[in-house]
Amino acid sequence: MIQFSQEKLDKVAEIIARYPEGKQKSALIPLLHLAQEEFGGWLDVPVMDYVASLLAINPIEVYEVATFYTMFNMKPVGKYVLEVCRTGPCMLCGSDQIIEHIKQKLGIKEGETTADGLFTLKPAECLGACGYAPMMQLGKFYKEHLTIEKVDVLLDELRAAATA
Amino acid sequence: MKLLLDKAHIEGIRYYDTWVKNGGYESVAKALKMTPEEIVEEVKKSGLRGRGGAGFPTGLKWSFLAKPEGVPRHLVCNADESEPGTFKDRYLMEFLPHLFIEGMIISSFALGSNVSYIYIRGEYAWIPDILEQAIAEAKANGWLGKNIKGSGFDCEIYVQRGGGAYICGEETALIESLEGKRGNPRIKPPFPAVQGVWMRPTVVNNVETIATVGPIISMGGEAYGNLGVGNSKGTKLMSACGNLNKPGVYEIDFDLSVEEFIYSDEYCGGIPNGKRLKACIPGGSSVPIVPANLLLKNVKGETRLMNYESLADGGLATGTMLGSGGFIVLDEDQCVVRHTMTLARFYNHESCGQCSPCREGTGWMYKILKNIEYGKGKKEDIDLLWDIQRRIEGNTICPLGDAAAWPVAAAIRHFRDEFEWHIDHPEEAQTRNFGLAHYADPLLIQN
Repeated sequence: MIQFSQEKLDKVAEIIARYPEGKQKSALIPLLHLAQEEFGGWLDVPVMDYVASLLAINPIEVYEVATFYTMFNMKPVGKYVLEVCRTGPCMLCGSDQIIEHIKQKLGIKEGETTADGLFTLKPAECLGACGYAPMMQLGKFYKEHLTIEKVDVLLDELRAAATA
Repeated sequence: MKLLLDKAHIEGIRYYDTWVKNGGYESVAKALKMTPEEIVEEVKKSGLRGRGGAGFPTGLKWSFLAKPEGVPRHLVCNADESEPGTFKDRYLMEFLPHLFIEGMIISSFALGSNVSYIYIRGEYAWIPDILEQAIAEAKANGWLGKNIKGSGFDCEIYVQRGGGAYICGEETALIESLEGKRGNPRIKPPFPAVQGVWMRPTVVNNVETIATVGPIISMGGEAYGNLGVGNSKGTKLMSACGNLNKPGVYEIDFDLSVEEFIYSDEYCGGIPNGKRLKACIPGGSSVPIVPANLLLKNVKGETRLMNYESLADGGLATGTMLGSGGFIVLDEDQCVVRHTMTLARFYNHESCGQCSPCREGTGWMYKILKNIEYGKGKKEDIDLLWDIQRRIEGNTICPLGDAAAWPVAAAIRHFRDEFEWHIDHPEEAQTRNFGLAHYADPLLIQN
């Protein structure tokens, strides 16, 4: 059964209380972030239905929002999602080579996940780190000033962490 | 002069105790002794213009706020910084959160907002923690909550993360998103100042704009307005990126020349490996790209300065804009076609899909540019691109249409021969870039 922990439910209540009475739908995007973190990194239909029930709104109101925003994954992703920025300023600093290297090294195309379920490559549009390019988002944080060598070290570290 | 970043170098300035030891919250104490009307008046006198990109006078925007009896009003801070090339608000929030929160409190007081929101782009996932800590520290010290410092004013500030959509930087899309909906911009009027979030009167301001309110109150609107050139008052944060030795966030005076900003060691330190300047987008990806010869000087041969008027001199034909301050530099090795293609892909990805000229047009532009870049372009594609961008511009609910059209228009206007070369030499274009070609190097001419 899909159910937040009590700690998460308290967080949900706290978020809803930020908005005026009857405007609890405003909490939808924050709740979808919580749900994606909690339930495997993507939003399956039952998860979205659960969020709808928490906010007392129709499931369709959740689907239409979840599918609009890039950060919400509509299908399963790997344990680590490598979101490499490729917009203008990052491109000028070599993001194309970083993406190409990851594709070769992991044997996957853009949007795909490795067979072991560890890595998903998800090219991203501008993440607001243009002065520290090339860069990628990895979970909550940014990895900046990337080089081919740094990417290699990072992938090795992540693989080691996952199998430890 | 540094008004925003003057304390950025102090160790631990992110935390309340250090901030207060360095004069923090004095501006809020001063503001709480004034009336809200007096604060609005000071901001008007300062001549501060919105720092998100549009440059609309902040005091004037504030004065439009409707105040119907018994209806709550809200201040919403636009921290959805997503314009390619722009990362200055992130710097302010990450390293000077209390400067920003001071501005939030003073602005909330001036506007009568008892509950204010910071809408931050979802990808800046670690920054809400920093802001929430600053808010908690401010609250623990009586600067937020009920009856702030005996003023009778109550205020709470909440942070909401977005979900990764550039369009939510447009104020009505942001409001929709804050209400838990898709980020589809609203048709104006009604303007947010009359019917904004939950149909209540709302002011939406950029992070840098709000962070500037504290310094304005401290020094006085008139003193702030005496800084700068023409209608560019005060100082501005620039986020410099692309092919530069020292990319990063800089606070500039408006009389700084573009050349000094790029080449002096105090700022960007020139272009790596001694490469020559090819082109620049000085105000975020939406503003027109200009070749080096039109960047450092205008067509009249006058030195261009880093301010709203000087950069715009020459209009869309030979000028550009200060915009959000996202300063993107391309060196001689860069390909304008490929760069424009990445921007077209960006706008295509970020179009909300509400208006057909933008939804369809951005996709067509991306496809055509991709064909040209990958050696499948046709001669007539250039005119077709021009035609599409012209039909998007001005024909959409929100400015994303214009923002998508202008980079393509400017690239063709100034670099048409590079597009033609790509089409005429499809194989060669895969192995090398067009380079500088005939574009004069203004630095060489000077010497």
